[in-house]
Amino acid sequence: MPDVRVVNLTKSFGKIVALDKISLEVHDQEYFALLGPSGCGKTTLLRLIAGLIKPDSGEIYIGNKRVDNVPPEDREIGFVFQTFALFPHMTAWENVNYGPRVKNFDLKEAGTIGHEVLELVKLHERMNAYPSELSGGMMQRIAVARALAAGAKTLLLDEPLGQLDAKVRNEIRYEMRRMAKDLNLTAIHVTHDQAEAMSISDRIAVMRKGKIVQVGTPQELYMKPNSLFVANFIGESNFLEGSVADVNGDDLVIELRGGAKVQAIGNGVAKDERVVLVIRPEIFVVESESTKKEAPKKKNLLRGKVEKVTFEGTFVRYVIRLESDDTVVVIKPSLTEKWFDVGAGITLSFTPEKVHVFPYPDAGLTEEIAV
Amino acid sequence: MNRRKISDALNALSSKKAPKYTTYVAAIVIFLALILLPPIVGIFIKFGSIQQIFNQPALMDRALIAITNSFIVALLVSAFDVVAGVPIAWLITRGKSRWLNILDALSDIPFIVPTAALGYSLLLFWNGPEGVSALFGGSLISPGWLLIALLHFTFSFPIVVRVMVGALLDYKMEFERASRTLGASPFTAVRTVTLPILRPALIASYILSFARSLSETGATFIVAGIFENGPVFLQNIKNELAVSSPSLYEGATVFTSLILIVVSLTIFAFIRIFGSRLRLPIKGIWPSFERKLSYKKAEASRNGITLIVFFLIVLLPSLFVALPAFQALSNGTLSNALSGSGIWSVYWQSLALSYALAGIVTLLSFVIGLPMALMIARRRFGRLTSTIFDILVNIPLIVPSIALGVSLKFFWQNFTFIPEFMLLVFAHLAITYPYFVRSMTAAFERISLDMEEAARTLGAKPLSVFRTIMLPLTKYSILSGAIIVFTRSISETGATLAVVTNLQTAPVVIVNWVKQVVPATPSDIGLGCGILILLSLAILLMLRFATRGKGRY
Repeated sequence: MPDVRVVNLTKSFGKIVALDKISLEVHDQEYFALLGPSGCGKTTLLRLIAGLIKPDSGEIYIGNKRVDNVPPEDREIGFVFQTFALFPHMTAWENVNYGPRVKNFDLKEAGTIGHEVLELVKLHERMNAYPSELSGGMMQRIAVARALAAGAKTLLLDEPLGQLDAKVRNEIRYEMRRMAKDLNLTAIHVTHDQAEAMSISDRIAVMRKGKIVQVGTPQELYMKPNSLFVANFIGESNFLEGSVADVNGDDLVIELRGGAKVQAIGNGVAKDERVVLVIRPEIFVVESESTKKEAPKKKNLLRGKVEKVTFEGTFVRYVIRLESDDTVVVIKPSLTEKWFDVGAGITLSFTPEKVHVFPYPDAGLTEEIAV
Repeated sequence: MNRRKISDALNALSSKKAPKYTTYVAAIVIFLALILLPPIVGIFIKFGSIQQIFNQPALMDRALIAITNSFIVALLVSAFDVVAGVPIAWLITRGKSRWLNILDALSDIPFIVPTAALGYSLLLFWNGPEGVSALFGGSLISPGWLLIALLHFTFSFPIVVRVMVGALLDYKMEFERASRTLGASPFTAVRTVTLPILRPALIASYILSFARSLSETGATFIVAGIFENGPVFLQNIKNELAVSSPSLYEGATVFTSLILIVVSLTIFAFIRIFGSRLRLPIKGIWPSFERKLSYKKAEASRNGITLIVFFLIVLLPSLFVALPAFQALSNGTLSNALSGSGIWSVYWQSLALSYALAGIVTLLSFVIGLPMALMIARRRFGRLTSTIFDILVNIPLIVPSIALGVSLKFFWQNFTFIPEFMLLVFAHLAITYPYFVRSMTAAFERISLDMEEAARTLGAKPLSVFRTIMLPLTKYSILSGAIIVFTRSISETGATLAVVTNLQTAPVVIVNWVKQVVPATPSDIGLGCGILILLSLAILLMLRFATRGKGRY
């Protein structure tokens, strides 16, 4: 069974470097996502693996076989296009049977496979319909079925849900994962939607500007982002600027803009270095200013005023204006926690283990986290 | 199972680089060697003879006047065609009546009818005693520039309609609807939004109609009288000088052809470059006036005028030759014709020759044109190469066909072992090839690259992809391209006259009959034209039948 490996892969289009010396390993039977903003090179990487375009340099392996010079039809891959690319002059059934037919499978065997995959995607009753007669969701499932019927061991999915509406998209994404897992396939799924990637992948590679920024499980990426970019792109983060006031092993004291001092855990930064503190919106503990006054002086305390409250169903989102004039976003469960009104004075606190400290980027914070 | 083995072997071969590129390179080489270079080389071989005409100022003046006439007629008539053709295309695509399908089919007739028959038909209608002239006593319009203009207007009309119908079908109505929601009246919306967006199609239809007008020889010769344009002049001096003074004839021919070619290429380039920069007068808005033009009444009268122009100036004159053709059925001409006696044996031979020629040319266009179209559409050798060949392929379309024929003749006459029939094939191939490559390039470009890639990832070799995806998706374009090539070859007179000495194609025979080079009665001519037209209508019906319904994906 195939694992997919690329080594030092580079690809340029004219002056634009789409991929810059990428190395990556996808394990056998893994559901793997390539995640990044548009133009990051994720689709280029997928098309290189499929053999639809040729690399400038580097190596591509599928199942330990080097495939750089193998044409796409011999790579035993299935590719699902964003536009689905169903052949308009063939029925669903003919589309599904196309792979077995051009690969010269035995006719009976091809028929059996065709029925199996149509069963799998639950579209047996529409097998005689032309693509123009199918809904977006159905076309997507036929596209997957077609790739499977051709005997794909590796499923390459290029924004396979991009053309579907939100509700259908949410249903189908779990379907995709289930199918890949049931059939023991290796799947590489390209998407720019971090929620989609997080919810179905075993591991994710976050890409930016032709490079891989971080590879890890969804939890790892969320809990331990290795960069400001990942911290911003995966989930939501507050960024507070400051400088290192004291270093004691991994224990840091950060003096934030505005003078407040907080404790954090981190390494790789020196005393007096300019840093950015990353805090997820849900880890803040919010309390009323008044109750705070009587409580003993707590550490990691930030004072501010509620500037905006948005009810989002499951959660309530607050925008808090801090004393330093920075704003932070705080998210709280809407039914189990106390609500605060606009204008209310509050204090925010957090545990040092849950925040991340990064050196202030040379390019500036805005540029560094921009997608 | 042998077939299976062969197809497997071919498939395997197609994924190798060498055979794949050999196919493309072969297509390019054949295009250069057979189509592009011979006329260019031909005219340069004889370039020295050009000084002959400088010693004959009277002949040179005549040539220059003829050339000027050609361009004046082409430039004006094409403009009229666009003005008259757009409303018909509009009616066909936007109207709701079922009858519009018939209008759509009817508008193709002047394109399908061989121009020599069309010319005779127009001559009868506008000038003959049975035509409209009968209403006015005496002949209404004598052979000459006006009749030529009417003729060119008629045969270019379907080209404009065809191009504009295609463009209007592709046009996204959202733009026009957006304009309406912003407060524009229908007429204003069309003038300020739709037409500017359709400008490339307007320019294309103008250029095609312009090129067609410059090229046409047979029918023009029939209705010219003593008036001369470029092709008629070339044909006249062939009759006058080719035997008595061959070197002067060559000089005059090279001179005229060269100017025709250079000027038409210049005009073409000018329109291509400046046409897209031309600002249409869309700035001014006259809301109340244009709102009036958008009223039901105004719309109805617009459609009325459009239809009257179409039926009275285009369709009726085109089919008027049916009158003598029907007379021929009862007065014994038909039995003469069927028994092949007298002049009719030549007619049937020429008909067989024309159709055999058209068949061969169509097949050759397909074989050497398809790889070229694919190469251009899919940029197999990079963007620059594609652009260059896209332009080169279209050159024969712009060059007047008689000038092309003359240059080809100069080139191929050095190879005396090549039979005359092959010269005809080469000449017709050069003229029809661009039509086929153009329509196929457009068809291939319409197929999303995703389709090809999807087939590849599913395991299809390049040849299988071509056979199972590209061909089925373009089969209607191939068919309509083939039919255009076929009818164009049947119609072609100018290049034919230029390259042959003995062989006669059907339009040449018609021209000879009408010009009384061979004595023929009006019934003979009528029936001769009638048979040509009937056969062409059969082809038109085939085209309609084959491309109906499913054609668009």
